[in-house]
Amino acid sequence: MTTAAQRTTMVTTPFGEVGGGLLGAIYIVWWRDIIRYWRDRARVGASLAQPLLYLVIFGTGLASSLGGGFGSSAGAAGVSYTTFIFPGVISMSVLFTSIFGAMSIVWDREFGFMRELLVAPIDRAAIAVGKTLGGATQAMIQGLILLVLAPFVGVTLSPAVVLEIVVLTFVLAFGLSAMGVALASYMRSMQGFQVVMNFLMMPMFFLSGALFPLVGLPSWMTVLTRLNPASYGIDPIRRTLLGSSGFPVERFAINIFDRTLPIAVEAAIVLAFGLVMLAVAVRAFQRRD
Amino acid sequence: MTAVIEVASLVKKYGELEAVRGIDLSVEQGEVFGFLGPNGAGKTTTISILCTLLRPTAGKARVAGIDVAQDPAAVRRRIGLVFQDPSLDDQLTARENLELHGRIYGVPGAVRKQRIDELLGVVELADRAGSLVKTFSGGMKRRLEIARGVLHHPQVLFLDEPTLGLDPQTRKHIWDYLSALRKREGVTLFMTTHYMDEAEFCDRIAIIDRGTIAALGTPAELKGRIGGDVITLAVADVPAAAREIKERFGIDPLAANGTLRIEVPDGASFLPRLVRELPMPISTVSLSRPSLDDVFLKLTGHAIRTEGASEKDMMRNMGRMWRGGRR
Repeated sequence: MTTAAQRTTMVTTPFGEVGGGLLGAIYIVWWRDIIRYWRDRARVGASLAQPLLYLVIFGTGLASSLGGGFGSSAGAAGVSYTTFIFPGVISMSVLFTSIFGAMSIVWDREFGFMRELLVAPIDRAAIAVGKTLGGATQAMIQGLILLVLAPFVGVTLSPAVVLEIVVLTFVLAFGLSAMGVALASYMRSMQGFQVVMNFLMMPMFFLSGALFPLVGLPSWMTVLTRLNPASYGIDPIRRTLLGSSGFPVERFAINIFDRTLPIAVEAAIVLAFGLVMLAVAVRAFQRRD
Repeated sequence: MTAVIEVASLVKKYGELEAVRGIDLSVEQGEVFGFLGPNGAGKTTTISILCTLLRPTAGKARVAGIDVAQDPAAVRRRIGLVFQDPSLDDQLTARENLELHGRIYGVPGAVRKQRIDELLGVVELADRAGSLVKTFSGGMKRRLEIARGVLHHPQVLFLDEPTLGLDPQTRKHIWDYLSALRKREGVTLFMTTHYMDEAEFCDRIAIIDRGTIAALGTPAELKGRIGGDVITLAVADVPAAAREIKERFGIDPLAANGTLRIEVPDGASFLPRLVRELPMPISTVSLSRPSLDDVFLKLTGHAIRTEGASEKDMMRNMGRMWRGGRR
């Protein structure tokens, strides 16, 4: 039988500052997500099907009807449509993985492991941050896996470009995961999930520049695309990936008031958006009914 | 003995709805305390307040001497929790689940390893330590959750319907593990249930109905509230039979589920008289010692009932189907 004295030492150990404090707790939540992801490799494979459909069927189909000179103007060489949407498909994979991953929180909170975390003596901020980083890591990997297709769409990769893409993809994954976690933290049932799908995720995807350039659009649509945080995540990925392979990609770049935004500024916008969303999620998690 | 849980005038409102309407109770260190009542009586709400998952609307609750509203983190460090639905991570192994719990609760590495081995032994899962939890049966999951609940040496282990959805034999086993753990660890068990037979395992029981405590005492005390024996009879016309019994014997029977229940001091001699003198045909009749079901019926005026599926139940089933379908 355990004595009361033993119990007291348990509470007052240096580890009483549980699991190594906030960072330790974030690490635990993140680690759990990564282990799960790694164990569920079948899902990883299955989730590549959709991007492949877009790239191979949608891309090839549209490329054929547009002709090879997509985006060619003023005598400059064009970009094949398949090549154009390659970064868009990577981003789509990131977007869907981020949002779907975050939505699992809703179920997990009522009936799953999340309750174990919610009653644990850890700061709930750690749950929000850990889930966001865990989701972002998975989404980033889901996006980066698609880089193996680069040679087939005429994109050449160098270590420097890959490194840059890793960073930019993570920034996008972080922004979207934080948004997903923030949304999930306010949702009480899975019914809200359909709403998020139809009124947020799909519009975000269509208005992000993943499937067509965000230039020369009607003004209402131009405004919407510029308000879409995902646009600023996809644009730098495209410019980096295609630009380094010599494609004239600058003419697709997002411009605001006729000025093209530097990649660093775009990444900063997504990062800032992610941090705001994370703050919202942290607040929601810390609240008790 | 000192009180490890103290609750005074506890109230929880959801808007207009009063789920808990002024509960007072006190639980001693080392006790097995049962919270007995139908679904929707306020059991889970009360337990959620004690576990710091919900805030009380009014009243006080102290667990391990700490106010649940003022210092939830300190309370959480001193309690363990076994939920109604499994909250294990089923993509992790049994050991990994315990490992994760130990880390979250700050159990130091060397102690953690030893403690995990020890508890896996107690709940007889040592040989399955490396298996993914998704391969476990309902009973195995529950055992693992109980082991996890006490891993960090909590003063109180809260169990919300710990045997819900398990077959009778498995339920019996769970109780064996719980009493073994209680002896070993000296942990206080605070549990909710709507199985009357399980309440018999408790040192004391609070019968809760519609957000208030209808009775509190040891199972024997509560059963003592029914004077003598219980006769249950099934007849075609329940109201007519009830009138006859009242007229002829001066006893007010309780009607429930198409049967009549009569409390009498000496059932063995009353039963033949009843059968002889009641003018209408009786389809079945039984004589029994009072059970907690009878106590519940007497105190609340209705049988312990199962209510229609709530939104949460529906979501739970949906989730089960969805998860089930994926593997």
